[in-house]
Amino acid sequence: MTNRIDEPTGTEFVGHEWDGIKELNTPLPRWWLYTFYATILFAAVYVVLYPAWPLIDRATAGTLGWSSRGDLAAELRAADAARAGVVAKIAATPIEALPSDPALMQAAVAGGAAAFKVNCVQCHGAGAAGSPGYPNLNDDDWIWGGTLTDIEYTLTHGIRWDSAAETRSNFMPAFQGSFDAMQVSALAGHVLSLSGKAKPSAAGAQMFADNCAACHGAGGEGLPAVGGPALNDAIWLYGGSAAEIGKQILAPRHGVMPAWQGRLDPVTIKMLAAYVHARGGGQASAPAAAQPEAAQVAAK
Amino acid sequence: METVVKRLGVWACVLMASIAAIALTPDKGFAIHMGIVGLVAVILIIATATSYDPLARAQGIFRMPPGAGRYDDDPIRWGVIATMFWGIAGLLAGVFIAAQMAFPELNIEPWLNFGRLRPLHTSAVIFAFGGNALLATSFYVVQRTCRTTLALPGVARFVFWGYQLFIVLAATGYLLGISQGKEYAEPEWYVDLWLTVVWLAYLAVFVGTILNRREPHIYVANWFYLAFIITVAMLHVVNNLSLPVSLLGTKSYSAFAGVQDALTQWWYGHNAVGFFLTAGFLAMMYYFVPKQAGRPVYSYRLSIIHFWSLIFLYIWAGPHHLHYTALPDWAQTLGMVFSVMLWMPSWGGMINGLMTLNGAWDKVRTDPIIRMMVLALAFYGMSTFEGPMLSIKAVNSLSHYTDWTIGHVHSGALGWNGMITFACIYYLTPRLWQRERLYSLRMINWHFWLATLGIVFYASSMWVAGITQGLMWREYGADGYLVNSFVDTVAALHPMYVLRMGGGLMYLAGALIMVFNIAMTIAGRSRDEAPLGETRHDDAADRPLPPLTAEPAE
Repeated sequence: MTNRIDEPTGTEFVGHEWDGIKELNTPLPRWWLYTFYATILFAAVYVVLYPAWPLIDRATAGTLGWSSRGDLAAELRAADAARAGVVAKIAATPIEALPSDPALMQAAVAGGAAAFKVNCVQCHGAGAAGSPGYPNLNDDDWIWGGTLTDIEYTLTHGIRWDSAAETRSNFMPAFQGSFDAMQVSALAGHVLSLSGKAKPSAAGAQMFADNCAACHGAGGEGLPAVGGPALNDAIWLYGGSAAEIGKQILAPRHGVMPAWQGRLDPVTIKMLAAYVHARGGGQASAPAAAQPEAAQVAAK
Repeated sequence: METVVKRLGVWACVLMASIAAIALTPDKGFAIHMGIVGLVAVILIIATATSYDPLARAQGIFRMPPGAGRYDDDPIRWGVIATMFWGIAGLLAGVFIAAQMAFPELNIEPWLNFGRLRPLHTSAVIFAFGGNALLATSFYVVQRTCRTTLALPGVARFVFWGYQLFIVLAATGYLLGISQGKEYAEPEWYVDLWLTVVWLAYLAVFVGTILNRREPHIYVANWFYLAFIITVAMLHVVNNLSLPVSLLGTKSYSAFAGVQDALTQWWYGHNAVGFFLTAGFLAMMYYFVPKQAGRPVYSYRLSIIHFWSLIFLYIWAGPHHLHYTALPDWAQTLGMVFSVMLWMPSWGGMINGLMTLNGAWDKVRTDPIIRMMVLALAFYGMSTFEGPMLSIKAVNSLSHYTDWTIGHVHSGALGWNGMITFACIYYLTPRLWQRERLYSLRMINWHFWLATLGIVFYASSMWVAGITQGLMWREYGADGYLVNSFVDTVAALHPMYVLRMGGGLMYLAGALIMVFNIAMTIAGRSRDEAPLGETRHDDAADRPLPPLTAEPAE
């Protein structure tokens, strides 16, 4: 202990040494200590103002009366209040009358866009463009009809949604075992020829007329009333190669869409229908007759 | 001979038990894990029966200095090698899952999907890399600062190898889909039990060594190590309380349910950060910074005050992970105010580390190891300011569940834990293998700058990503509806995810340079290069003291 002062800093040593390490007797930095006190003061005030102290069967509520549930409820109330007028007006307007009030239609589309992002993008995609097995909602190919009323019905009751009594439902028969490979190939070729993707064949045309036309229409123009998809517009839900079409003939897949009634309120469903209708392919009036030429042009 | 027979008997029993477990269990994952245990038993049987001495062999492979040595350094040498091995494994997993975030096609089902690799990454870097660094440095520091050799040397070896078995069981479990679903505590019940045994053995070795000390006082680094070991034992046992469905299966159910389970989990999770990654690594800082700088610790008083305030306040801060959840408001308040009060106690360690350089600041320019330590302390300071800030509810409502949290964690993990560990490895290697100097000091410079740039890319891209994400989630249009869907935010973050992956790659590249440098040092090579400043090893002073004959004077 000859030298009690550290030369470079002029500070006193504490006096212990471990493996060559000594310690200086520097006092606590003032700014450090006062900042520490300040944070303690902040904490002391905060626990009086906000819920903090657990008691036997509850906790202190804090003098501000704040709670996170109350906070959320107030925010939701404010948002509801801001939208109350528009929501009441949409609720009172039949869906087919929406387009005659452009401002209201616009409000409905905006609300539908928000609800779509939460409830629909999982299957139909962020841009509503769908993916294999999940329909594209931007085109004008509607399996179950594309008017506002049709779309609202599909949203409300779903498709093949067993627990909804009025759900839309149909089933394409599986032709596994009925057709051999040659026949499937001829039929798939005929289906492709409907949209000009292959050369027509007499055998395929005969098979189509016998087995398919009842639901898909004589020219493959579809039958929205029974959910028979159009086959003449080069828009494919399960893929448009001859192999994929053949697979769908032999062992058809049947997509399911949930019924939103009960999960979403009627106004939200109405707004979603308005949004989907406004994506570009919405049809104007009562279940439209098929328009094969127009659809074909649009698809290209 | 009798002990050999006894040992053979024990290993044979373990082998039979594992074979029985494999035969009886319907659970494939459990069978694979018991297979690993059986394999270890077979290796031990062969080793015992042939009097094969694996330690002597390892001594040769890793060029351990021969002879007993003054201190018991063998487990420390293995620990240094294990730290580097698991470090590279963990960083590699990290870079790969970062790539998966940017390019989801890289999810290779089922073993290499993000859900299984993410706990592999976190456990590998925290518990395997960080844990081995803590094991090795604590055994080194406690011997030097107590001036005695390790108490219970056999148990110390069991701790090292037992811990490696824990890591292997945990890591293979994640890949097989065995997880109890608690963040940072994913291993199932039987692995938890094994770790408990290993950890209590670790506590026994550490406390035993302190009790044998030849110094009158316990050095501050040992307070921090002891706080880390004791608290981790408590956290681990309480959070993993669970009931296995069958003694022959992996699945178990937590003793807690619902919000109580969440609170217990984050009491554990936050204090894994507080006591594993903060207290334990501060212990490393308190020994290696003054040694490398050759300067006395800045303030003894500060070390006392910040130690006790850190230990007392940290344990309450966990609920800030559960802001705006089902956790009652009062618990959220307590989590927040204790986190805010934690700011200065955390900074006490940074001040004590940085100000220890008073009188030796020139070394930041000349000594790359000191530079790494200073950077580590700077990142420690940044993260321990950011943490209390993020715990404030108003800030948390923006940052929670976003990549900001990921950026915060990594500025701490890469900047503080990684850099201080690298500095310690560079300090330890020439001393443990009795080399004149490291293979190359200039390569440390490369490592330093690659790692620093990597952290800057990582942290800044995640800050931008997190704030973007938080703002997009809460963005309302004029008509009162949310503007973005979740997937819109994912698409917006893609460039940030690519940048983050680049940062991770740079950090990994730096670590690979370190592995090369250390391997060459162990091999006894030294690179012909222009000299840099360094702190020379004083071999004559590196020895235990004889037992004290009189009571120490106070």
